Amino acid sequence: MSSRLQKVAASVELEDIQGLVRFAYKHHTRAVFLLLRVRDAVAARAWLARASVADASARDSLAPTALQIAFTSEGLRALGVPETVINGFSLEFLAGMASDAARSRRLGDVAESDPGRWRWGAGARVPHVALLLYALPDHLGEWQRSIEAQCDGGFETLARLETSDLQGVEPFGFVDGISQPQLDWERRRPVQDRQQPSYSNLSCLGEFLLGYPNEYGLYTPRPVFDARLDPAAMLPRAEDAPEQADLGRNGSYLVLRQLHQDVSGFWQCLDARARGDPAQRKHLAEAMVGRTMQGEPLVTLGAHASGANGSGAGAGQNAFTYRSDPAGLRCPLGAHIRRANPRTADLPFGSSSIVSRLVRALGFDAAARRQDLIASTRFHRLLRRGREYGAAMPVERALGGQSAAGETGLHFICLAANIMRQFEFVQSAWMMGTRFNALAGQSDPLLGDRNPDATGAATSGYSMPQREGPDRILSGLPRFVTVVGGAYFFLPGLRALRYLATVR
Amino acid sequence: MTPQDAFIVVAPIAARRGQDLRKLLDSMNSQPGIADPANPVVPFGQFDRLHFARFAVLDDPNLADIETYGVPRPNVPTYLAFLGDCDGPARELLSDLSRRAASGLRSIFACCEGFDDKADLLAWMQAHNLPGAATYVNWVGRTVRQIREESALQRALSARVAREAFASGAAAQQERRELIQFVQEEVRAGCLVLTPPEATPLGWALASLANAIAVPLIGLAALPLLLVLSPFLIIQLRRLETTDPEICPRPSLQSVQQLQLLEDRDVTNQYTALGCIKPGLFRRWLLTVLLALADYACRHICTHGFLARVQTIHFARWVFLDGKTRLVFYSNYDGGHEAYMDDFINKVGWGLNVLFSNGVGWPRTDWLILRGCRGEMSFKFYQRRHQLPTQVWFKAYPGLALTDLERNQRIREGLEMPRVSDTQALEWLKLL
Repeated sequence: MSSRLQKVAASVELEDIQGLVRFAYKHHTRAVFLLLRVRDAVAARAWLARASVADASARDSLAPTALQIAFTSEGLRALGVPETVINGFSLEFLAGMASDAARSRRLGDVAESDPGRWRWGAGARVPHVALLLYALPDHLGEWQRSIEAQCDGGFETLARLETSDLQGVEPFGFVDGISQPQLDWERRRPVQDRQQPSYSNLSCLGEFLLGYPNEYGLYTPRPVFDARLDPAAMLPRAEDAPEQADLGRNGSYLVLRQLHQDVSGFWQCLDARARGDPAQRKHLAEAMVGRTMQGEPLVTLGAHASGANGSGAGAGQNAFTYRSDPAGLRCPLGAHIRRANPRTADLPFGSSSIVSRLVRALGFDAAARRQDLIASTRFHRLLRRGREYGAAMPVERALGGQSAAGETGLHFICLAANIMRQFEFVQSAWMMGTRFNALAGQSDPLLGDRNPDATGAATSGYSMPQREGPDRILSGLPRFVTVVGGAYFFLPGLRALRYLATVR
Repeated sequence: MTPQDAFIVVAPIAARRGQDLRKLLDSMNSQPGIADPANPVVPFGQFDRLHFARFAVLDDPNLADIETYGVPRPNVPTYLAFLGDCDGPARELLSDLSRRAASGLRSIFACCEGFDDKADLLAWMQAHNLPGAATYVNWVGRTVRQIREESALQRALSARVAREAFASGAAAQQERRELIQFVQEEVRAGCLVLTPPEATPLGWALASLANAIAVPLIGLAALPLLLVLSPFLIIQLRRLETTDPEICPRPSLQSVQQLQLLEDRDVTNQYTALGCIKPGLFRRWLLTVLLALADYACRHICTHGFLARVQTIHFARWVFLDGKTRLVFYSNYDGGHEAYMDDFINKVGWGLNVLFSNGVGWPRTDWLILRGCRGEMSFKFYQRRHQLPTQVWFKAYPGLALTDLERNQRIREGLEMPRVSDTQALEWLKLL
């Protein structure tokens, strides 16, 4: 992968971690996600027990193919994993993404995105197992056929999610995947609960890997049980309870959502608002995203970015906070990237004197309070691993309304140790929240569901603050993104995978 | 200025009437847990001084927890609580309710022990109205009427304002003058109403002043004694903090889903929680003193838009039950439940610990303010486990969050300022 791979602490068992946690498999431009249901548990388990899964150690990161395997809770049940073991997973994972109307309401999965309309992920179409196949160019076809043939006995194929290589540009035309948390593989962050007065891009391993301390200095609950349930000693022992077996260790939750993007609708809408002016059209699109189409943030780079240290590709475009733009004059307050990663710290910005900090901590600083409407970002990070699907559509063609061959969109994938605090929080409070940062009448400009709220008030607007006047408002935006499938998976460590394939 | 008040009418539910009561309460809702403002039982929408109201069955499934402390499980009834937050004295609102919703309220309270259908409804409700140990109001003096009128004002002005960049301060001033004129015409035409605030009731102002002075005086008087006792109190506190058992198992998926079913149907949500106070006089007295201090802060300090760093709570209240052996907490907050809990942990964890660590099973604290709810998942399990479904919940201004109320209020204030600078005129236009 990257030639500048980070150092890794000795206590991190890379050979036991699926590669996706550490690598985005950027060189593996060919990928397909197979969603399977168990047909024959015995055959399925036999295959899972010996499937060759790519791990996170760097040595084979450029192997021609990489297979990753994840399970839904329904899948674990179908494989015959005992209920006592399954019960140790989080409630969100146990319930599943499409399990109840309250969750769908929270996630904005309503109306056109209602799970009842999904192609997969709801009712009898909840996948059991996801096989994520990543291959270098020219290495996918035959390998995929061989894996599908091997799986034929144990599984039936529910969906085959093809992906396409749009060279790091998502279907609307924006460079994507720039903002990513940097994982503390070296375990430099001390295991303690301490206030972080400035924003940092460095996340504790435990935010993305179960069995390691998280940002609170704590171990997220996970299936940890009496070692007698693991007589063959297949599983790692828990760091925080060394006499117990840790099924979660080196695993993560994986959220997969198939997002259909209406590229023509997006550009036609903005073209109409811009009265056909290409520069203005682009300007509006960039104001909605918060970056230029090339990925440059609209706020000044590097301003007040102490601690906002990025790494890897795009680090330069990731080294900023919104401290220099509190009113949203450069990057509107509700821009997509501002909602997805508001880059706030534990305390609103201010001087580092003890008095100032105390005044802010008690809420007596009015200016700080205005900046304190958004939660501290470090508890709500997502490690994104999505892939685009469908053909790229240049703006000119999108404007012509010519449909590309088939639909386009994103197979959104993120990893998190706590689905509720990370994915569901970001999706509901920040993306779908109609009062994010004291705004009103709007949710995320790209992802918003645009449905009127319970009182019939519109949520389809978008405010762009101006220095010398009231906000410019785009109103009556149509829906650009529709959810057509989704599920919560557990991406086990390798030893845990073998355990799940054999435990009865 | 019209001050806010609150009521909580609490009565034990009569044996074998629980099912009927729940059915009756459900019949008041237009969707799960959300009251139809025009429901025939208690048509909340007709009471224009009522901000929030709810009916909740106070049935604590965790009573046995206290046995962990070597104390027998208390023999307490399941209560019905009818509670609300209103403008002006609660007594007046209860009186209004007893006149205009008499038959509905009688049919509800008929499910409670000791309710005599011939009895005076108002007197009965007042006799069962419990005092709050601490009461928080987001903005003391902001009335339902004001909220509704200012919301209409904001909608009219936002639709009217020219969304352009003003070339000069004079242009901004001109736009503001035109908008003011527009509002004046709308008011004359009866399309907008802007009722001036009422005079602050003298009795309330005097009582508030007396309280503001008396509490510190009592504190001052007690200070020498506290200083003398402090070593013993600290030792006792640390002893309890290191030995009090934590009881934070994960609640069942089913119980959490039952609560979630009622949530996120508006920008504001309700929260009702109930628990036992840790056994022993130390904890009881400590909590009494701390809640008195919290109440003082709510009355005199946190009266304009924020409770320490939390800016999303409309109303909140702590009420003792059963001779100070149990505590019920309820609030109305903006945003989702997870965001609310996140605010608690990350913004006012210390405040939460100070009060709630005196409850049975709370995640272990150090020095009253440290750790405790910072044990994220222990705390999140704890609070969900102690939360009760709110059977009926009413909000007088659906669709409006506190950020809206504050902005609308500033729009009104800016409108009524006789003279503003160019900058102020521009800032005012930007609110629209």
